Amino acid sequence: MNHESLSHIFLDAFLINNFVLCVFLGMCSFLGLSAKFSTAWRMGVSVIFVITVSAVLSYGANQILVAVHAEYLRLIVYIIIIASTVQLTEMFIKKESPGLFRELGVYLPLITTNCAVLAVPLFQTSRNYNLVQSTVFAIAASGGYCLAMVLLSLVRERTELSDIPSLAKGTALTLVLASILSLAFMGFAGIGSSGN
Amino acid sequence: MSEISCHPKAGALKTSDPFVNGLWKQNPVFVQVLGMCPTLAITNSVRNAFAMGLATTFVLFCSNGLISMVRNIVPKQVRIATYIAIIATSVTVVDYLVKAISIDVYKALGAYIPLIVANCIILERAEAFAGKKPVVPAMLDGFGMGLGFAFALTCLGAVREVLGAGTFLGISLFGPHFEPWVLFLLPPGGFISLAIWLLSFTLWRERAEKRKQASVVVAEAVGVEVH
Repeated sequence: MNHESLSHIFLDAFLINNFVLCVFLGMCSFLGLSAKFSTAWRMGVSVIFVITVSAVLSYGANQILVAVHAEYLRLIVYIIIIASTVQLTEMFIKKESPGLFRELGVYLPLITTNCAVLAVPLFQTSRNYNLVQSTVFAIAASGGYCLAMVLLSLVRERTELSDIPSLAKGTALTLVLASILSLAFMGFAGIGSSGN
Repeated sequence: MSEISCHPKAGALKTSDPFVNGLWKQNPVFVQVLGMCPTLAITNSVRNAFAMGLATTFVLFCSNGLISMVRNIVPKQVRIATYIAIIATSVTVVDYLVKAISIDVYKALGAYIPLIVANCIILERAEAFAGKKPVVPAMLDGFGMGLGFAFALTCLGAVREVLGAGTFLGISLFGPHFEPWVLFLLPPGGFISLAIWLLSFTLWRERAEKRKQASVVVAEAVGVEVH
């Protein structure tokens, strides 16, 4: 059993160990989909939804796997849960709000290959979180992802207009921007009782 | 282009020689910019970077081979799910293998071994190559791509370890008075050193292209004089 307080779990996953800028998860979509603010925040919100649902489901699945002594199936079960949650989200959004569905387009199925989504169930298992702690952890981690996406996309929209050497355009520039953002997030390391 | 590639700008793939292609021409990190999470997270020392590269190579080799074997049996609608199940199985094997070989490396790589499942290089190769080609080229492609990935990771790990800790493979390079540039071991250093590698790679390729164009112009001029 893990006795970390909920507020500490939240702060830790949201700012101190931000999933994108400090633990390097979900890099592909972070670098690939952050060119525009409108896509970035939509992607962030759908990731929050998928991570929260799949984290709760994986918590239940892990209890069953432990009960029948089949822990070696954990990874395969988690990835299947994630793939079906993404499919479910897709169907739900399609039915409830066709407009949003059209705007999100191909980004929805891409969430399956986002490693941040797989990392949340893996981390909550290795840290022995209970159901409430897992849920808070999932919301904080995905919220941190959304925050990083939005921040980078806003900076990238500004750099669209500035004069940049043609050599550095594209991924290299994005990486330098991400590095500066990550430097800023290191400042949060002192928050909370245990900085690490 | 494959619909599941998680980086929209992944370049078009030519498949001349699958092995060299993966190792150099279509290097997954420096050219295609895929699989960024382990590239940035695990490269704070040469040893870890190389181990991660080898683990990924093994997974790519197995999954490419298996996927190529079942490519004619699996219906098109469920192919992605099948690929993911095959990849997850190979990764579980690697997870237990690394734990059996070296518990130190296993602890250092931590959660990033199971996360190989979500590495986009593997699904990208499955979709773009292994799902369409016979077994032997598919395995060669997996091997080449994996070694290209390991090569890129080791390059990045070398820069970060030499600057950030003053050591290479744990051997001290600059003597006791060296003040390590710790920033390079921390997350920002990962981003910035990858940016530097990408920049130098682009610069080098642009130069090579210009030189090629110049030599063509010279050849034409010489040809005109001869005639």
